[in-house]
Amino acid sequence: MAKRPIEPLFWTLFSGGGVISAFFVPILLFLFALALPLGWITAPSYESLHHLVSLPLSRLFLFVVCSLPLFHWAHRFRYTLYDGLQIKHLNEFINVICYGGVIVGTVVSAYLLWNF
Amino acid sequence: MAENIDLDVARYSPERDESPSLQRYTVPLRKDWVVLDALNYIKDRVDGSVTFRWSCRMGVCGSCGMMVNGEPKLTCATFLSSYAPGPVRVEPLRYFPVVRDLVVEMSDFMTKFRRVKPWLVRKEEKPISEGEYLQTPEQLDNYKQFSMCINCTLCYSACPVYGLDPFFVGPAAIAMAQRYNLDSRDEGADERMDILAQHEGIWGCTFVGECTKACPKNVDPAGSIQQYKLTAAMHWFKTLLIPKTSK
Amino acid sequence: MSVPIARSTPPHTPYHPRWYRKRVSTYWWLLQWSYFRFVLRELTSLGVAYSCVILLCLIRALSLGPQAYEDLQKRLASPVFVALTVVSLLLVLFHTVTWFSLSARAMVVRMGGKRVPGVLISASNYVAWLVVSGLLAWLLLR
Repeated sequence: MAKRPIEPLFWTLFSGGGVISAFFVPILLFLFALALPLGWITAPSYESLHHLVSLPLSRLFLFVVCSLPLFHWAHRFRYTLYDGLQIKHLNEFINVICYGGVIVGTVVSAYLLWNF
Repeated sequence: MAENIDLDVARYSPERDESPSLQRYTVPLRKDWVVLDALNYIKDRVDGSVTFRWSCRMGVCGSCGMMVNGEPKLTCATFLSSYAPGPVRVEPLRYFPVVRDLVVEMSDFMTKFRRVKPWLVRKEEKPISEGEYLQTPEQLDNYKQFSMCINCTLCYSACPVYGLDPFFVGPAAIAMAQRYNLDSRDEGADERMDILAQHEGIWGCTFVGECTKACPKNVDPAGSIQQYKLTAAMHWFKTLLIPKTSK
Repeated sequence: MSVPIARSTPPHTPYHPRWYRKRVSTYWWLLQWSYFRFVLRELTSLGVAYSCVILLCLIRALSLGPQAYEDLQKRLASPVFVALTVVSLLLVLFHTVTWFSLSARAMVVRMGGKRVPGVLISASNYVAWLVVSGLLAWLLLR
C-alpha cells in the first residue's frame, strides 16, 4: 500500500477554516476594524468587552476563529503560489512559510487567550 | 447575415514547422452550419491538407474537440453563426501535445483514465445462473450524471491545473472513478482510493470549476471531485481512528 | 516516478512526429476572465489572514489594558489601516459569497430520495450567515 498522504487532513482543516471564515470573519472584521475605530457605532466600554472576551466560551470561540481561518489561508495560498506563480519546485520553502506561519499564529492565539 | 466568414485555422506540420501558425480560410456562412461543417468545407474544396479528427458529428463520440476562439468546444456542436462576423480562431485542444494541425496526442489522458480502473470491480463475480445485478432507479440516480462522459477531454483543456501539473489525473478520470465508486454493483472503491488519494490524484484540484463549464454533457466533474475529496477525507479519519477499517 | 508521456517530446523521426508542446505562460491567469476570477477567489485567503492578525492584535491589546486598546483603535482608524481593512473586507465578503456557491456544488444532500437543488443550500447558508452575524453584533454591542 502506498505511503499514507497527509493531504486529507490539510484539506479538512482548509474546509473547516473556510466555513468558519465565511460565517464569522466578515462581521468581526467590519465591527472591530472599521465600525468601532471610525466611531460609526457607539463602542462598548473597555470593561464590558474585556469581560466578554474573558469568558471561557468566548476564548474557545476566538481561538477557533483565529486559528482555523489561518489554516485556510495557508493551504489556499500554498496552492495559489504553486499554480499562480508556477513555483512548485520551491515547495519545501512554501510549506514552511505557510504551515509554519499557521503554527506560529495558533500558538500565539492559544498563549494570548490562555493568559487573558 | 453576411455571405462568408473567415476561419483562422492552426496549421502545424512537424516536418516543416517549429511551431503552429494560423492560416485564414473564407467559408460560406450558412445558418445551420457548425464549425465542423466549415472545416470539412475547407478540407473538401479549399485545402485538403488540413487535418482534424471527427466522427459522429452529433456530439456523442467526443472526437471533434478543439479550441474555438480560445474556449474548448465540440466543433460539431458549435454554430458558426454565433461567431459572426468572425474571424473564428480554431486551434487544437489546449494542454495536449500537438501532432499535426488540429490533432492532439491523447495518450496521457488514456493512461490516466485506465489507471483509475473505470470498470466494475467485484471481489467475486455473480454466476450467470443467479441472474442480473439488480439496481433501483435511486441507485442509478447516484451515479448517472457521471456516466454521461464521452471522453472528449474538453475538461482537460479547460483545467489550468492539468496544464500546470503533469502528474494531475484530471477531471474526466476522477469523474469516471466516482461513477464506478457510486455504482451499487461495484466493490472497488478501496482500490481506487489508493490510486486517487495520492497527491497527484484529487488533491491537485483547486476547484477552479472550468471543467464543469466546458463539459458538453453536464457531467459536472468539478462536483464529483469535491465529493470525492470529502469521501477521501472521511476515509482518512476513519482509518486513523479505527485502524481495523483499513485493508 | 517516470516522466509522464505528456511532458516528453521525442525528436522527429520518419516514424514518429515531433509533437509541439506549448509551455503554459506564467500569466495564464490573466489570459481569461474566468481564470482571473478564480485567482481573485483564491487570493481572498489573504483577507482572511489579515482578519486573523487584526483579531489577535485586538485580543492582545485588550489583555494589556484600556490604554493599549485605545492606541490600537486609533491606529486602526488611520488611513493606511482603513484602506487595508476595506480591501480585506471586500476580499472576505467575496470569499463568503464564493464559498457558499462552491459548497453547494461540492455537497450532495438528499432528502426524500431526490437531490436538494444547490440554490436551496446556498440560500440556507446565506440565512444562517445573516443570523450568525446579527447575533454576534448584538452580543458585542449591547
